[in-house]
Amino acid sequence: MAITVKINKETHDKIVAICNNFNNDPGELINVLHQTQDFLGYLPAEAQELIAECLHMPTAKVFGVVSFYAFFTMTPKGKHPVSVCMGTACYVRGGEKILDAFKSALGIEVGETDANGEFSLTSLRCVGACGLAPVALVDGKVYGRLVPAMVKDIVAEYRGK
Amino acid sequence: MANYKYHILLCGGTGCTASESPKIKENFINILAEKNLSDDVQVIATGCFGFCEKGPIVKILPDNTFYTQVKPEDCREIIDEHIIKGRKVQRLLYENPEDKKHISDSKHMGFYKKQMRIALRNCGFIDPENIDEYIARDGYKALASVLEQNDPKATIDLLKKAGLRGRGGAGFPTGLKWELCAKNAADQKYIICNADEGDPGAFMDRSILEGDPHSIIEAMAIGGFCIGASIGLVYIRAEYPLAIHRLEVAIKQAREYGLLGENIFGTDFSFDIILRYGAGAFVCGEETALIHSMEGKRGEPTFKPPFPAVEGYMKKPSNVNNVETYANIPVIINKGWEWFSSIGTEKSKGTKVFALAGQINNVGLIEVPMGITLREVIYEIGGGIKGGRKFKAVQTGGPSGGCLTEKFLDTPIDYDNLVAAGSMMGSGGMIVMDETSCMVSVAKFYLDFTVEESCGKCSPCRIGNKRLCEILDKITKGQGTMEDLEKLKNLAKVIKDTALCGLGQTSPNPVLSTIDNFWDEYVAHVVDKKCPAGQCKALKQYVIDPDKCKGCTACARNCPVGAIHGTVKNPHEIDQNACIKCGTCIEKCKFNAISIK
Repeated sequence: MAITVKINKETHDKIVAICNNFNNDPGELINVLHQTQDFLGYLPAEAQELIAECLHMPTAKVFGVVSFYAFFTMTPKGKHPVSVCMGTACYVRGGEKILDAFKSALGIEVGETDANGEFSLTSLRCVGACGLAPVALVDGKVYGRLVPAMVKDIVAEYRGK
Repeated sequence: MANYKYHILLCGGTGCTASESPKIKENFINILAEKNLSDDVQVIATGCFGFCEKGPIVKILPDNTFYTQVKPEDCREIIDEHIIKGRKVQRLLYENPEDKKHISDSKHMGFYKKQMRIALRNCGFIDPENIDEYIARDGYKALASVLEQNDPKATIDLLKKAGLRGRGGAGFPTGLKWELCAKNAADQKYIICNADEGDPGAFMDRSILEGDPHSIIEAMAIGGFCIGASIGLVYIRAEYPLAIHRLEVAIKQAREYGLLGENIFGTDFSFDIILRYGAGAFVCGEETALIHSMEGKRGEPTFKPPFPAVEGYMKKPSNVNNVETYANIPVIINKGWEWFSSIGTEKSKGTKVFALAGQINNVGLIEVPMGITLREVIYEIGGGIKGGRKFKAVQTGGPSGGCLTEKFLDTPIDYDNLVAAGSMMGSGGMIVMDETSCMVSVAKFYLDFTVEESCGKCSPCRIGNKRLCEILDKITKGQGTMEDLEKLKNLAKVIKDTALCGLGQTSPNPVLSTIDNFWDEYVAHVVDKKCPAGQCKALKQYVIDPDKCKGCTACARNCPVGAIHGTVKNPHEIDQNACIKCGTCIEKCKFNAISIK
């Protein structure tokens, strides 16, 4: 049965090329998924179906791997991805309060993207800047030694940009 | 080669990179060029210096001046004063917290005095992207001597005599592990480096890979020779882009120098290294799970035996060691087993790297000889508890470890003592907590982590930990009963005994150790419905005393969630449903009108 691919031709060709690069070897699935997510920003169901077809494996196996690893996501990220560190060092220095403040400032929960696709919120485990704890990342930029009162201003810096 | 008068070493680790160290490097280079000093002064981005609390760190050689918390705009002053006029910039020197005197040489600082750097020997000294600097510090000498000696068994025996134990957590003797794998004949074997550091709050392995990637390559090649593997695989977290980059550069350079590839040092030993990326799964630190992940599958563990030494990657004999374990190996070979086994305690030799973090003054990466006490680490190296508050507990071993209290402060740190005290060495996370940490919440924090990371294969871990977490959640909300505490204890023991892999078997440790050491705190949550540390949100309310409130609006303006309402000069009120209990209002109130109920 032919699969219904809703992704456009450019994306389709790119994914096929990635799979070809890895010789369509099922053992390279994780590398294929990394590169596909680098390119698309997330791993929609259609992309997973296509990868399954290229690597000659069941889609369920591909989904099994995607859903297993925290790094892979099936939801598109917002324009400004926000990640709050919830590693132990940040946690004991108040990381949870920072996360609550972001949830409230953005009006979304962890793992969600806001309605206009501007911000998405995730929590992550340790960015390695424990000396600056608690930290959060916006657009990859690290904000350290945070207190909840700083969160509103950080969000304002990015909103509408 | 240019003959430099000064070397400016600058931390290029993740922590300092987050505080603009790349910009500092750029500024130094530009200002030096502008003053025609580029041939006299070399600027090098090194690996982590360890003292992350005071980052970004800049060190000037040859006089060993250690500047802390340097900002991009300080570069001009450092060049004008220090490099040109030879005067140290006093305001950027480390200030000794005891007598407020400036210390310019790091070896006189409390943070460094008791440290002993073996695995981190090159971090902060060399440019990790330059193989010549590694070679200049005896790099690849151990590999050369092992190949020259051409006796794998002798090298394995040397590691056994040295007493090196796995630094990934369990402490299995490394020499023995190699011996077991070497014994199994096969057409192909693999030597694997576990660089999937998933313990939240631990960054030892990353710092080694970022600061000294060649030491790992060299050790893996030695391992490959000893067990008979021609391929090495590094399983590294995709979340470590800088470490991946440094390792890629190092592998490329090693190939160019003929230190990886065919016929290394003219012998018939050939060896090369491939990188495999993890994708964020804590359980992949377990070796069988790691191997499945490298094969492109879900990282689920399998029952041992068969051990990887018999049936590992692609069903071939494989040896898995952790990054820090490998980093020790070239030095042991160069300096001899007698030297290494003279450091440490009877059963734990050498040093251990810890990521010291939490409510402590000097957060950073430290390496200490085994046998040092927790008190020395926390008070001398760590500089004591932040804000002069009281020490409450130290957590070692991450989600598999436990919390140790004051009574263990004078216990010498080694594998066996930590286990006897109810915790474990783990990979080296060391989180210090003060009196404001609620131990029930800490246990719940770790259980939340385990529940999220459980692979779901065995039911004790998948279902049992979920139940533990739910009971803890009930307790932190003030809905727990004494019966729940009994259930916690029993269930934790069942999970420990019946889970399939190391993750499941150790996941109840944070619960058991906090119950053992902080029973009263659990009881306070259950019986008095109070959180003694004042952390549990459901058990506290912030309220404004209308008689004391002057209506200055400071609290409302600073509330991050807009939960405080009121008009100017009239008493304000907190909307309890919107309040996230962050405590900002208390800090901002000048009239002591806000209290916790």
